[in-house]
Amino acid sequence: MSDKPLTVYEDMKSKGYSRRDFIKFCGMMAAFIGVASTGVSKVVKALESKSRMPVVWFHFQECTCCSESFIRSSHPMVADILLDNISLDYTQTLQAPAGYQAEKSLQDVMKNFKGQYLMLVEGSIPTGDDGVYCCIAGKSAIDIVKEAAKDAKAVIAWGNCASHGCVQGAKPNPTGAQPVHKVISGVPLINVPGCPPIAEVMAGVIVHLLAFDRIPQLDGLKRPKEFYSRRVHDTCYRRPNYDAGLFVQTFDDENAKRGYCLYKMGCRGPVTYNACAVIKWNNGVSYPIQSGHGCIGCSEANFWDNGPFYQHLASFPGFGIETTADKIGVVAGIATAAGIAAHAITTNIRKGKEIKEEIKESDHSQKEDNV
Amino acid sequence: MTQTNKRIYVWELPVRFTHWVNALCVVTLAVTGYMIGRPIAFQSGAEASFSYWFGTIRFVHFTAAFIFFFSFVFRIYWGFVGNQYAKWNTFLPLKKEQWVGMLRVLKIDVLLMKSRPLKTIGHNSLASLSYFIAFLAFLFQCITGFGMYSAMSDAFFPQLFRWIVPLMGSDFAVRQWHHIFMWVFVIFTIIHVYLVFYHDYVEGRGTISSMAGGWKFIEEESPDK
Repeated sequence: MSDKPLTVYEDMKSKGYSRRDFIKFCGMMAAFIGVASTGVSKVVKALESKSRMPVVWFHFQECTCCSESFIRSSHPMVADILLDNISLDYTQTLQAPAGYQAEKSLQDVMKNFKGQYLMLVEGSIPTGDDGVYCCIAGKSAIDIVKEAAKDAKAVIAWGNCASHGCVQGAKPNPTGAQPVHKVISGVPLINVPGCPPIAEVMAGVIVHLLAFDRIPQLDGLKRPKEFYSRRVHDTCYRRPNYDAGLFVQTFDDENAKRGYCLYKMGCRGPVTYNACAVIKWNNGVSYPIQSGHGCIGCSEANFWDNGPFYQHLASFPGFGIETTADKIGVVAGIATAAGIAAHAITTNIRKGKEIKEEIKESDHSQKEDNV
Repeated sequence: MTQTNKRIYVWELPVRFTHWVNALCVVTLAVTGYMIGRPIAFQSGAEASFSYWFGTIRFVHFTAAFIFFFSFVFRIYWGFVGNQYAKWNTFLPLKKEQWVGMLRVLKIDVLLMKSRPLKTIGHNSLASLSYFIAFLAFLFQCITGFGMYSAMSDAFFPQLFRWIVPLMGSDFAVRQWHHIFMWVFVIFTIIHVYLVFYHDYVEGRGTISSMAGGWKFIEEESPDK
């Protein structure tokens, strides 16, 4: 091997991919990240000329579904190119070395590529009890994140865990799990939420960084706009049924068979930002709503706490399971009406005499006027 | 001594006008909003391309929201140029006498502890406070509503409210609170309408009609002829 690091293209060539495969991959990625057709050449050029980016990929409180999603991306090259060809120098799940060797390669990257390496985080970070709930190589997750983030070029938070806390961060959150952005500061950060995120979305974010050497445009929650600017609902193929007022009432009714809107079944599409309805899953085969089940909002903050999944309004905190705001509202309305009735009756008892006197007085003065 | 009634022009035309625009909008928004939250699925077996009723309900909701917002803005403006009963500072309990007034209203009109009615010309102190709280609820509904609307609109105005989604964490939370506050309006309306009837019944000074014509009556003690 030469001293000069290989470019992405050179590396792919050495793995047996043709030029045609490479261009196809570039075209697909350019389409995902939303550049115009003229921008494809920019992506091609970047991957041809830029050497691989050093990457460290951390796993903390998570289930590895993000990695699973990523390596199963529809285009085999996505996983190949990005797992093998960006130099993934450290990743607990997939790396060859173990023990001291593994930790050494992490230290090497942080030392040798100061300010150049990309830090990917999968999983939330426990902050309770000094972070003892997740330790790797004798260090707590919170210390590892802070140390690695200090000199990183950018940080990508994979999945709902790293972006919003996901199931560990759900009430009562015993480990004090926090998303990455709550723990670090001063480094460009991209949230790529979802449980897991779509593989092509993950690849698209990395390609954007490789091709343009800067982070994509982000929204208020630090999500790349190219994938998270539209609601699942607004891109859903069942949307016309919603506008027409055609709703599934139960999962086994006629309307479900006809493929009507799942809004009344608690579908979170209207409050969930993701590209599921556009890119879809498993090589564009389907996505939850297409398969007949509502969206559960897995790319949104606190989606576990916003349950039950099969009703639209969340349970109201402190009032027991399945008590929605509407039920409380109706009770409050009835209580108000009862209070008013009681008040009206009391008014007549307390002020009735006075009102009668006034009426008498009025009659009296009318008679006087007539005289 | 006899009592005579004097007419006082209390509610100016812009106050009355915005009042009824708001009333209409609140009812429309609450009804359509509730239906958006819990749609009636009366249709089935139909082809989606032939109807758009749910889309229409949402359209009515959004239109009413815009009208409501600008009516609200105009009312705030009128709080600075209107008469003493419409002034902004009647709604903020900043003076000691307003707090004293509230206590008296509480004793006389709410708890019915004393039988002599308290007669104020404009809003009484407690009513003013309740309107101020209602204004805050208006504001909250405007921010959360337009915040949710901003994702499906390229228009400049709704984008001004985009910040509420990151602040509250997610669209789900914004939507949930927007829905809960609808109930604040329902309960406010029930109490408000009842109290107007109450004052008209007990005091006989034309409280109900004052919001139509603008006039209220006050009693004046005058010496006998």
